[in-house]
Amino acid sequence: MNEVSLGYIFIDSLLINNFVLSVFLGICPFIGVSGKITTAWRMGVAVIFVITVSSVLAFGTNVLLMHFHAEYLRIISFIVIIASTVQLVEMFIKKTSPALFRALGIYLPLITTNCAVLGVALFQTAREYSLVQSVVFAVASSAGFALALFLMAVIRERLELSDIPDMVKGTALVLMLAGTLSLAFMGFAGIGGGS
Amino acid sequence: MLVDFLIAGGIMAAMGILLAAVLAFADKKFYVWEDPRIDQVEGMLPSANCGACGQPGCRAFAEKAVKGEIAPGKCTVSSPDGVIAIASFLGVNAGAEEKRVARLACAGGSNVAWNKALYSGMTTCRAAALVSGGGKSCSWGCLGLGDCARACTFDAIHMDAHDLPVVDVDKCTACNDCVVVCPKELFSLHPISRRLWVSCKNLLNGDVAEAVCEVACTACGRCAADAPGLVQITNNLAVVDYSKNRQATRKPIERCPTGAIVWLNDKSGASKGLEAKNITRKSRLPVEQADLPLAR
Repeated sequence: MNEVSLGYIFIDSLLINNFVLSVFLGICPFIGVSGKITTAWRMGVAVIFVITVSSVLAFGTNVLLMHFHAEYLRIISFIVIIASTVQLVEMFIKKTSPALFRALGIYLPLITTNCAVLGVALFQTAREYSLVQSVVFAVASSAGFALALFLMAVIRERLELSDIPDMVKGTALVLMLAGTLSLAFMGFAGIGGGS
Repeated sequence: MLVDFLIAGGIMAAMGILLAAVLAFADKKFYVWEDPRIDQVEGMLPSANCGACGQPGCRAFAEKAVKGEIAPGKCTVSSPDGVIAIASFLGVNAGAEEKRVARLACAGGSNVAWNKALYSGMTTCRAAALVSGGGKSCSWGCLGLGDCARACTFDAIHMDAHDLPVVDVDKCTACNDCVVVCPKELFSLHPISRRLWVSCKNLLNGDVAEAVCEVACTACGRCAADAPGLVQITNNLAVVDYSKNRQATRKPIERCPTGAIVWLNDKSGASKGLEAKNITRKSRLPVEQADLPLAR
């Protein structure tokens, strides 16, 4: 059992070890859907939702695997769990809220292949978090993902009207921005009195 | 060793069967019945997702059309044959709409409109408009950098020799893209039967208006005097009351001194009145103010 406080887990995974900017997970949607603030926002909400649900399920799966001493099945079973969760969530939303379903659109199925989701499941297991710690960790790290996505979208929308050298327009500039943002987030290191 | 194999295989098989059962159950439980005709109608639509019909996209239009809440003819982008095909597929009245087109409320090309400054930034109207409204002396006029031409999905807008957008009436589908993109809000959508058109948005009057642009509406009031009720001067600008469009004739345009009010023809573009001054200049006007009387 890990004895780290919930507050520290929250701040740590939201800012200090931000999933996108420090751990470099989920870079694909970070580059892909950060073009517009509205889509970035929707993607962020969808990811928070899916990561939280799959984190709880992964915790349960892990308990089961420990019982059978089959820890080596973690990765493959987490993948299966996450894929089915996304499917289930998609069906559920389609039935209960067609408006939200249409707003999330393609982003919901895309989350299946977001490595941040698997990352949360594997990290919480490796760090031996309890269920409550796992949920806090999942919410905070997915909120960190949404935060990074939102920040990038805001910057990119501003840059749309700026005079940028043709050479770096597009993905090149996004990668440079991601690096700069990542450096900026290094400033959070040390909050919470170290590990 | 064999036990490990069995445990691993057993766990994965159990997990697979369990999740498959949950998903299969959820698929039944959360099944949303969709009319199969929606997909077929969507296939017949042009997939432009332009929003000209007032719906968020072709899919939403297809849903409404199948429910009978919207007539297939509301899709202005479909060819008449396409509309008839959808109407006969659904067994409803096509409900043809009068064709609408985008009209530009400015005639101030680079050969008639003066410039107050030389704009040399990014060549988009939206960027130029951010720099104190752009380079044109007339604050209402077309900046001529062609955002509308780039925004047009249907290749219906082209910039002419004097940097004014010209709408190709045949290609225009009234999708509203140019209306949205123009920072000066010069485009608006009108039924094609509206022939009488004020090609200006300048709210100055008299010599002041004419000093910034040679084809501006000077608010002299002759058109309003010649067609009382149909045309009136509001805020120093001639405004046509299109609820009386049936009474529209060429009469109001004839005495217009600058040719700001025009009669739109089917093919040959806009025609000016007999007394409109003749513009022969082809070259671009320089960056300087004509003897601009102080605007009060």
